[in-house]
Amino acid sequence: MNKVNAIVVGAGAGGGIVAKELAEAGLSVVLLERGKWYTANDCRKDDLRNQRTSLLGAPFGPEDEGNPRVVVGIDGREFVALPSDGAYSNNAACVGGGTLSWGAQAWRYMAQDFRMRSTYGAPAGSTLEDWPIGYDDLEPFYEKAEWEIGVSGDDSANPFKAPRRRALPMPPLPPNREYEVLLPAARRLGLHPFDIPMARNSVPYNGRGPCMRCRWCVGFACEVDAKNGTHNTAIPRALATGNCELRTGCMTKEVLTDERGRAVGVSYFDADDRLQTQPADFVVVSCAAIESARLLLNSRSRLHPQGIGNRYDMVGRNLQGHTYTGSAGVFDFDVYDDVGPGAGLAISDFNHGNPGLKGGAMLANEFIRLPIHVTNGLPPGTPRWGIGHKQAMRDYYKRTIIVMGPTQEMPMANSRVELDAKVRDRWGLPVARLSGDRHPHTLEVGTAMAGKAGEWLKEAGAVQTWPMLPGRGVSGGQHQAGTCRMGDDPKASVVNQHCQVHDLDNVFVVDGSVHVTNGGFNPALTIMAVSYYASAGILRMWRGTGLRS
Amino acid sequence: MNRRRFLQTGAAAAAALSVTSCSRSRTKWRFFTDREGRTLAALCDQIVPPDHYPGAAAAGAVEFLDRQLLRHYRKHRAAYRDGLARTDQLGLTRFGRTFADLSVAQQNDLAHTLEHDQGAFFELVLNHTMQSFYGSPRHGGNRDAVSWRMLGIPDPPVRGRAIYDVGKPVQS
Repeated sequence: MNKVNAIVVGAGAGGGIVAKELAEAGLSVVLLERGKWYTANDCRKDDLRNQRTSLLGAPFGPEDEGNPRVVVGIDGREFVALPSDGAYSNNAACVGGGTLSWGAQAWRYMAQDFRMRSTYGAPAGSTLEDWPIGYDDLEPFYEKAEWEIGVSGDDSANPFKAPRRRALPMPPLPPNREYEVLLPAARRLGLHPFDIPMARNSVPYNGRGPCMRCRWCVGFACEVDAKNGTHNTAIPRALATGNCELRTGCMTKEVLTDERGRAVGVSYFDADDRLQTQPADFVVVSCAAIESARLLLNSRSRLHPQGIGNRYDMVGRNLQGHTYTGSAGVFDFDVYDDVGPGAGLAISDFNHGNPGLKGGAMLANEFIRLPIHVTNGLPPGTPRWGIGHKQAMRDYYKRTIIVMGPTQEMPMANSRVELDAKVRDRWGLPVARLSGDRHPHTLEVGTAMAGKAGEWLKEAGAVQTWPMLPGRGVSGGQHQAGTCRMGDDPKASVVNQHCQVHDLDNVFVVDGSVHVTNGGFNPALTIMAVSYYASAGILRMWRGTGLRS
Repeated sequence: MNRRRFLQTGAAAAAALSVTSCSRSRTKWRFFTDREGRTLAALCDQIVPPDHYPGAAAAGAVEFLDRQLLRHYRKHRAAYRDGLARTDQLGLTRFGRTFADLSVAQQNDLAHTLEHDQGAFFELVLNHTMQSFYGSPRHGGNRDAVSWRMLGIPDPPVRGRAIYDVGKPVQS
């Protein structure tokens, strides 16, 4: 195959943006994606088979057949997990990655989120650390992401946010009933509610129409293409330059290196399972935290015997996600009006500054819960089955609000991705092995957040509330992050502040893997901002010819 | 999928089809026997009983499971074969009849016993029945979107409706 300037592995939130930035700058790019390119017609609105509720399978990949992972529980027992199992920590495998079927919350982290160790000190047993870059470095790229991907919302009423130079490009969607119930209650409590920033068109934008407010949002491809991800923004723009070739159905086997240890391209299995070799000047790995770590670990050679970037056994460590906690409340009037996406109102009052706690979480009302979600989420004491359960479904389905949030986790070195010694995928490659636990302080913060959510619901008039407390076990999920930590010290991190692997200057990792900490917010907009930021750095190096071989 | 794999899949599908249409013509099920189907229907109706809205069986719970045990729930086949046989055995031992032929009160009594003594099987039936009744009608359960009508949420959704009627209450 003809040599190209850049290979980007993974067409998700990170890779899609890097491919676009490089292609627009005139570099030749091959964008490899293991999954398919889905469209609005693949929405299907299937309550049991979607990317969030994969009881009957995960429609946007990977397939259950041939893509196992091994998960080690906190009791030390290990088991094989399939993509449709919760323990798998699946994101998605498709063009757009998680941003095809996400809920589309598009948050900026706060300034403190990049300086967690300086702000709080690391609790014993955690690897809490500062990022080598700060909010100010990313601010212009947050803005670029908001305008190029398309974000609606209004955070002007949020006094805790880090400063922004420019407002969001679209106004928020009109409120639904939950929003109207929760808003005055938050104000009465002295909190500061505001409209969630969402990568969802509230007005026509980027040549596509606005949200139609249906209840099938998070987990689904948008039926009217009003939800914005890299699949309908950055990647089409990358292809429009004529400089980027997208190859779907291509599973990357390893990053290839030469006798001097530099990367020379990748080998991958194409859509017909034939092994191909694609040469390139440099390689960008953007497969999300678990698969990026796995690809680096699977890329072994004489000069990289433990895998690329893994000289100090750092690749795969510090795996983290978010510990979701909150409260549910039952009201004696209907709070459900079937106006999606459901989530709309948030507070950032408890992200930082909680006495005795390190960090916290943004709290928001939950996306519309489909009936199947409510069957095991009824008030405590409800019969689990029988006529009492059926009656409770009728009584409470339209009268329940959930407020919850993503508690920022205290990263731990032993929560990690490794290669499993025995289990292989359908191409014969060692699969990811996930092990670890959550830090006790994460559970403490999560429990406190559940209490805050409960107070908000009570003030809003809930006649009964109950907490949803944090679970234990290794964290990852759609918000997976941290496995190729960014840092200045090559012995304590995998990539430098430019997302460049410390000991291999023409390999970059650009996705949630590089997050040192994961904020108390959904991480995708930060992944996107880091991707624009890293692309700018790559292009500077390219023009200085450091990357040409 | 390459051509060879496509042809193999096609041949396997054709073989499966011929088996379905010939040797199993006396039952409507592809996985269950008639007796298993009756037992399961009665058990599902314990999970979501009929009242002024249909119960799980009338809404297609057995159809849902019969399909999924050939698809995504293949791994649960043995659990269903074994569990349904035990359910009938329990009925015979305690009341002298198989489960489906007992009174609703007796079935309820046995369902509690199953929940206690056959926990893993009962949890499967519980979860799968909920999925059939409250999930999407395309899988064979929730016939005529009965659970959605019961909960008062609209079906089918109309593409683009909300551009015109955001803020109006939903008619249920």
